[in-house]
Amino acid sequence: MSGTRAAAVGGVVALAVLPLVPGLDSDFGRSLLTQMAIAAVFALSFNLLFGQTGLLSFGHAVYFGLGGYAAIHLMRAINAGLPLPIALVPVAGALGGLGAGAVFGVLTTRRAGTIFALISLSVGELVYAATFMLPGLFGGEEGITASRTRATVDFGVALDSQLHVYYVVVAWALFATLAMYGFTRTPAGRLCNAVRENPERAEFIGYSTRRVRFIAFAAAGLFAGLAGGLSAINYEIVAADAVSAQRSGTVLIMAYIGGAAYFLGPVLGAIVITWLQSGLSGYTSAWLLYLGIFFIVTILYAPAGLAGLVDRHRAIVRTRAFGGVLAAYALAAVPLAVVAWGVVLAVEMAYRVATQPELGTRMRVLWTAVDAASPWPWVFAVAAAAGGFAAFRATWPVVAAAWDRARGSARAVAR
Amino acid sequence: MHAANRTLFGLGFAIACLAGPAAADVKIAFIDPLSGGGASTGILAQKTHQFYIDAINAAGGLNGEKLVLMSYDNKVNPQESLIQLKRAIDEGARYVVQGNGSAVALAIADAVQKHNERNPGKEVVYLNYAAVDPALTNEKCTFWHFRFDADADMKMAAMTDVIAKDRKVQKVYLINQDYSFGKAVAAAAAKMLAEKRPDIKIVGDELHPLQKVNDFSPYVAKIKAAGADTVITGNWSNDMVLLIKAGKDAGLKVDWETYYGGSPGAVTAIGEAGVDTLKQVSEWHRNATPELDASVATFAKKYPGKENEYAYWRAKTMWEMFAAASKKAGSNDPVKVARAMEGMKLPTSLGEVEMRADNHQILQPLYVSTLAKGVKYDSEDSGLGWKTDAKVEAKSTALPTTCKMERPK
Amino acid sequence: MELVTVSLLNGVVYGLLLFMLSSGLTLIFSMMGVLNFAHASVFMLGAYLSFQLGRWIGFWPALVAAPLACAALGAALERYALRRVHPSGHVAEILFTFGLAYVIEEGVTMIWGRNAVANNVPAAIDFPLFSVFGTSFPAYKGLMMAISLAMFAFLYVALKRTRIGLVIQAALTHPRMVSALGHDVPGVFVLVFAVGSGLAGLAGVIGGFMLLTQPTLAASIGPIVFVVVIVGGLGSLPGALIASMLIGVLQTFAVAVDYSLADALRASGIAVTRASPLYDVLAIKLATAAPIVPYLLLFLMLIVRPRGLLGTRDA
Repeated sequence: MSGTRAAAVGGVVALAVLPLVPGLDSDFGRSLLTQMAIAAVFALSFNLLFGQTGLLSFGHAVYFGLGGYAAIHLMRAINAGLPLPIALVPVAGALGGLGAGAVFGVLTTRRAGTIFALISLSVGELVYAATFMLPGLFGGEEGITASRTRATVDFGVALDSQLHVYYVVVAWALFATLAMYGFTRTPAGRLCNAVRENPERAEFIGYSTRRVRFIAFAAAGLFAGLAGGLSAINYEIVAADAVSAQRSGTVLIMAYIGGAAYFLGPVLGAIVITWLQSGLSGYTSAWLLYLGIFFIVTILYAPAGLAGLVDRHRAIVRTRAFGGVLAAYALAAVPLAVVAWGVVLAVEMAYRVATQPELGTRMRVLWTAVDAASPWPWVFAVAAAAGGFAAFRATWPVVAAAWDRARGSARAVAR
Repeated sequence: MHAANRTLFGLGFAIACLAGPAAADVKIAFIDPLSGGGASTGILAQKTHQFYIDAINAAGGLNGEKLVLMSYDNKVNPQESLIQLKRAIDEGARYVVQGNGSAVALAIADAVQKHNERNPGKEVVYLNYAAVDPALTNEKCTFWHFRFDADADMKMAAMTDVIAKDRKVQKVYLINQDYSFGKAVAAAAAKMLAEKRPDIKIVGDELHPLQKVNDFSPYVAKIKAAGADTVITGNWSNDMVLLIKAGKDAGLKVDWETYYGGSPGAVTAIGEAGVDTLKQVSEWHRNATPELDASVATFAKKYPGKENEYAYWRAKTMWEMFAAASKKAGSNDPVKVARAMEGMKLPTSLGEVEMRADNHQILQPLYVSTLAKGVKYDSEDSGLGWKTDAKVEAKSTALPTTCKMERPK
Repeated sequence: MELVTVSLLNGVVYGLLLFMLSSGLTLIFSMMGVLNFAHASVFMLGAYLSFQLGRWIGFWPALVAAPLACAALGAALERYALRRVHPSGHVAEILFTFGLAYVIEEGVTMIWGRNAVANNVPAAIDFPLFSVFGTSFPAYKGLMMAISLAMFAFLYVALKRTRIGLVIQAALTHPRMVSALGHDVPGVFVLVFAVGSGLAGLAGVIGGFMLLTQPTLAASIGPIVFVVVIVGGLGSLPGALIASMLIGVLQTFAVAVDYSLADALRASGIAVTRASPLYDVLAIKLATAAPIVPYLLLFLMLIVRPRGLLGTRDA
């Protein structure tokens, strides 16, 4: 137990120190970290529904957004003189999310499975359209803005710099994470798991699956609204895209890629996807394609997500044969890198020719200078992708053998 | 040889942008849609701005420094724009250029104001080349924002002046996008028509969702049922093209009074049916002057093809004024340039333009033009082009303002 | 009278376009239970392919070639990718098609760029077919209606009257039994996915020049298609037709109605002014609310009758 506690303490210290690390100590770097923290809370709230209770929702952004709107209205009230500190604004977000979750939950938790997913999709579209029709409440296309520095009380917590915003957001994020973890340990949380596994049996034991789903829904709404409130503080604007289908889709991808079966899986997914969205988009205009491919590959070959991948190694990490597994990975990584190089080269060249022809056909891709107008780079790219893939497949038996040895070794140790 | 030089220059630019420009460059962030529904206008604008910046650099830059344009895709989304703005500022941008979408413009103006208040010494100036919601130079004005396009009210004033003289116009239908700009157009049209031609009946005032309608046939049916002879619309990009397309398909016979009838694709969509009926109000069109401007001809050589047809004359005015202001200030510091730019008068090939000091709105000549056959320069290879109906001189475009901006000390 | 007739005509046209698009999805969803998020993306691909092939080989050959290419793509997707995902459950299948939608959208951008391509109506069908109250009805809309109804007839006959159709219907409810009887159920699935994708591609050929052919085409029309399939009812082709006509006509007529709840209240004597509570909501004109009519219908249907109008089974 103390190992986990030490890890937790280490994690908190790392979070405190992270924005001061060179490379991340710029405004943008800290902004990115803040975004990741907000996304993590949002993804964890989604997983209360998906991973914990087995409810796939395509409209979870509704609760994030409605919480965000509630928060930004409170911020405006504070700007106008209401004596509350801005740092408490996420409470309004949480309450907004809870309210919306309760209201919509009554109607939508009657069913599970695909019907629930479709209802959530339709609710999402309805709310999105409604934000444009009620400009008084939602600000229409341009959204609602507020200031995070104009307040009459602040208890010493000023939010003028991105660094301060980061600390406030991370504090709230840690609190939310602990609260959600606590929820999963309560009987209600356990019941959610039961309903996910076998709803019929849960009913037979005497619990109303409907009520359990409703509780999960309301809780997920609460924490999503909290994340929305944090977003309102960070960006000082909430607009219709906060409830959009795109945002709902993104949080789903985060939770799934991170690993929905693990409590902290969505956090991992949130970090990776946020980096891909904000960081990668600076290097290549094809980032959305890479994200889509990454997502598909995860579904096909790693359905338990990144956390699942990490977990699979847990059993063999301490064995002596683990070094062999790492060596096998290194061997397989070489042809994989060749495949990646070939694919990226082809994709980047195609994007340049199709979307930015005026920049010319000469370009640099991954430290290689090529001219997209000549056929040779294309030939190389295809050859690298195909040949690399063949070589990659050839290394699979090697990796499998290394795993077998490691697993055997692990079993021997366990005895 | 020149082409190779240019590609090398472009390549060098691209590498330089990737590696991070040298410390002595003036970094300008271009934040507009480069993907999605507004991409066609955003990408064309980007090329136009880059073109004029290249010209400035080729002439030696400004105050010994080169200008660097860094592009960020905001997908016409206010929150995404703020994320990109933060990133741009972090990467050293001191000027922000944007124009597609008044919602985004309002968000950026607000964010720039906040940033400048919180970060004295690191101010950023916002150059708005196309977002025409009047609020930005009235109740929501800020010292850090400069607008280089006539606002929605100014354009409507020019348009209604021409309509007022046309006795054939009796029934007008208003159709606009349901957001701040579209509503501003509708309100201005109703107000100014009532003032100038009280006999004109407004038979419809429609607001449709922005960039969401795929098929405008139901709206066209309504326009027909109302018996309108003229339609006034501020629609842009897809909304303009699809509306025109639906109108043509249904054989709708009205005069189209538009802000963005020159949107890429609109002339092609309406074709011959638009002759003498499609009208626009703009700061320029290809036949505004007897000969095509030299920079427009050079642009066409560099970017051939219909989708690259030059459309942003106001970008030319913007960069000329920017260069003049930076010269006058003797520095590229945003605060000094901003102070030099307000109140500045600049001669251009279409007439003198002035950047108002009271609300940072540019006064430039406006043209009301109609699609016609047999003009010297056609649009989109269609054989049809714009012909001036009326030119409004810069000074006459000025409207009263409610702006009370705070100036830095 | 004029407005009603023209609106009815417009509504029917729009409804048939929706049916063209959703017929393939009905097939796939009803037969395999896969909520195919990439269906609208295949539609978009059909539009692009018809544009490109049309340039090379002419419109009429492209009308045949583009759907065939989409069908081949659908078959390949099912055989090599989706089949691996079936054992992981419906959620994984949905997510796979979700990711696929992203990839197809970006792939299309990678090849044809971000701007809308000049996918103009071919001259052969760009003339007014007839005129109603002064509003002309272009020929390509007539072609679309004909293709849409032909799709319905083809699918109906294929499912109800042919042997393979019977096998498919049986595999819907009793896949194991059908397999035990010796039918190649996985092969049937490949066929269904291929045909569904081919239909989407065919819809794309026509839809491509009715709407704008650009990378956001799939995202703009995708959600409505789900509405049609669910409202119509799972497993029901006539249901999908009825649902698409209903949505097409309702949405078109909604645009024509400039009344709001506030107007209705005023007509019955209740005073409603700017200061009244909920004025913002009451003052919304039905015309402005038109885009949400399909989602409202979907929401109500799912709450009241999740089976849909003519559905034969629950999801």
